[in-house]
Amino acid sequence: MYKYDNYDQTIVDERVAQFRDQTERFLAGKLSEEEFRPLRLMNGLYVQRYAPMLRVAIPYGLLSSEQLRMLAHIARKYDKNYAHFSTRQNVQYNWPALETVPDILADLASVEMHAIQTSGNDIRNTTSDQFAGIAQDELEDPRPYCEIIRQWSTFHPEFSFLPRKFKIAVSGATHDRAAVKVHDIGLYLVKNEAGEIGFNVIVGGGLGRTPFIGPSIRPFLQKQDLLSYLEAVLRVYNRYGRRDNIYRARIKILVNDLGKEEFARQVEEEWLHIKDGVMKLDQKEIDRVKGFFTAPDYDSSAADDNSFEAAQESNKSFTNWAKRNLFPHKVAGYKAVVVSLKAPGIAPGDATDEQMDHIADLADKYSFGEIVVTHDQNLVLPNVKQADLFILWEKLLEKNLATANIGLLTDMICCPGLDFCALANAGSIPIAKQINDKFNDIDYLHDIGDIKIKMSGCMNACGHHHVGHIGILGVRKKDEEFYQLTVGGSSESDACLGERLGPSIAKEDVADVIGKLLDVYVEQRQEEERFLDTFRRVGITPFKDRVYPKKPVKEKAHASN
Amino acid sequence: MRVIKDNKIVNDDWSVARELDADAPMPDGDIILPFHYWQANRDSLLDKKTKHAVWINGDTDVEELVSDLEHFSIVALDFPAFKDGRCYSHARLLHDRYAYKGDVRAIGDVLRDQLFFMYRCGISSFQLRDDKDAEDALKAFNDFTIRYQAAADDAVPIYKLR
Ligand code: HEM
Ligand code: SF4
Repeated sequence: MYKYDNYDQTIVDERVAQFRDQTERFLAGKLSEEEFRPLRLMNGLYVQRYAPMLRVAIPYGLLSSEQLRMLAHIARKYDKNYAHFSTRQNVQYNWPALETVPDILADLASVEMHAIQTSGNDIRNTTSDQFAGIAQDELEDPRPYCEIIRQWSTFHPEFSFLPRKFKIAVSGATHDRAAVKVHDIGLYLVKNEAGEIGFNVIVGGGLGRTPFIGPSIRPFLQKQDLLSYLEAVLRVYNRYGRRDNIYRARIKILVNDLGKEEFARQVEEEWLHIKDGVMKLDQKEIDRVKGFFTAPDYDSSAADDNSFEAAQESNKSFTNWAKRNLFPHKVAGYKAVVVSLKAPGIAPGDATDEQMDHIADLADKYSFGEIVVTHDQNLVLPNVKQADLFILWEKLLEKNLATANIGLLTDMICCPGLDFCALANAGSIPIAKQINDKFNDIDYLHDIGDIKIKMSGCMNACGHHHVGHIGILGVRKKDEEFYQLTVGGSSESDACLGERLGPSIAKEDVADVIGKLLDVYVEQRQEEERFLDTFRRVGITPFKDRVYPKKPVKEKAHASN
Repeated sequence: MRVIKDNKIVNDDWSVARELDADAPMPDGDIILPFHYWQANRDSLLDKKTKHAVWINGDTDVEELVSDLEHFSIVALDFPAFKDGRCYSHARLLHDRYAYKGDVRAIGDVLRDQLFFMYRCGISSFQLRDDKDAEDALKAFNDFTIRYQAAADDAVPIYKLR
């Protein structure tokens, strides 16, 4: 993984000193609340429902075991012994005291981490594929480009006060696991007719109140033009993105208002001025950064092992886990292991200090000391020998980290909602619990198979509900929590927005309604169809009819909503 | 007015005319005029005065000024609120693309914690918001010694130093 040199370290150290000074000025009354606000926000420090919330950047989701141990240490020393992994591959602390935040940042800096640009109207942490570097369907590892983008975007002087926040995602695989098309800029590594590898540039995707699947504005961009092209897109956005209404301020609105052709034309025009200047990337630099993301020392005899198969034959729980929580590896005899942070009764994405320490130890022992955060709020040990899988599973079990549910109904994405977030309309964590309580039969869950439930506590869509196979959106009606369901969304290569099922439903009915949707699926599915495939084939009507049975005409006059 | 320039606090004779109707009489002294006033009175201004300066905010495209840049000692960029970042791009265009050699001045909601970014985009003088302490603001230029990316200052992409 990337290692800081003196330059990188100096920047984060200077940032800590700067924020320490700002915090001291604030606590001494020399900075007003209003003046301190933008400064703390630039360090990922929000003030939420009960306490400040600190968001820490995990560039493209990649952590060393040492870094994960530091996250555990911070949870223990400054917070209530846990942390929350988010859909943006970041981590959040819900209870730090303001005066300790400079110390937390200093602790982070000691392991090459920071909270820079994790909030504010700037370029946020660049996200990527959790299986980058090991996936079989990968054209090229996207992480070197994420790191190049990270450095270019850090304290970018021109783009620190954009109309709104700005999120970039990069994927190098045929199967999109990074929700690329719902980002402000999404980059796919692709090969052109000449056999060169470059980027397909998607601009203007996003969720929130007005969701869009982003269009491609340039099907092929040479690698050395990456930064100059990004700079051109950002400059057009910085100049012309709307600033009069925060709900209309994201780049998706600008792209949609201008039309993608006109937007692309403006970008290309701007780009022509800068593409051959100092922004042009040296191949040498690309190669240097690539040098940090080399393959570990794989055991060439890993595939000779027979114990993995034998263990599956003798242990059903292990088999269930192996079926769901392993991901194929490009090296024979290796697997990527998904550590589920979705155990029943736990808020999705939460991990305790003990769990984090435990995972860090397991990473050292079984996965070359690396851990990846996924955008569906789980952790990955990317390089595990199949001979080690059984013992690893047993050790994960010890700390409630081996729930065999990856990609299943209970592997939900869930935002903090009413429990923590000041903007929430409704709870999401209690709904996750309700779903877990109802669907607790592992055989049923495995039978239902792949399905993505995504849940947000308000239309800001932190929980990606628009692109869930089943999306759940918290709304408020006469001061009560209600839930709006959508069906048929996807954030992958076939990205699309879900269709609204019907009027919002009462809180206590959510899990039951999901049960009805699943019943329709079970009745209608053919062969290997997933829930989403069946939905696409049969359409929304059978699902609608089951949840909202037609009422006799007489009663209809009284029906409300 | 009191401004920060070249890392020092200095006084100069310029002041900003915030509001001026196009048909208002020409103000005396060294005044930074609204750009629309310049446009309306360009010829008579050029006749009667030797030094000129204008201000714009994010609503005016820099491109509109370009043919007149040679006349301006100062182009002031207005930040109605520090969050309005359009003038960062304006500053870069003035510097990088149109090679403007006069003084680019930040006016409006100009605060300590933005100065370094402004400077890096090619802004050369800063009129701090009235209630702010200029001595204190000078420290902003020392917060960071490393710059990752090239901009309008002398920084090169950091990898070229590695
Ligand atoms: C609790 C504090 C949080 C607050 C106040 C907050 C606030 C917001 C707001 C206002 C938006 C809408 C932005 C827009 O449409 O312009 C948003 C979007 C988003 N947030 Fe959060 N959020 C919080 C926590 C989280 C968490 C925990 C996650 C990850 C699980 C997250 C991930 C996202 C994502 C993925 C989006 C939508 C994608 C997009 O930017 O369009 N947020 N958030
Ligand atoms: S979706 Fe709404 S409720 Fe959930 S975290 Fe985001 S802003 Fe808060």
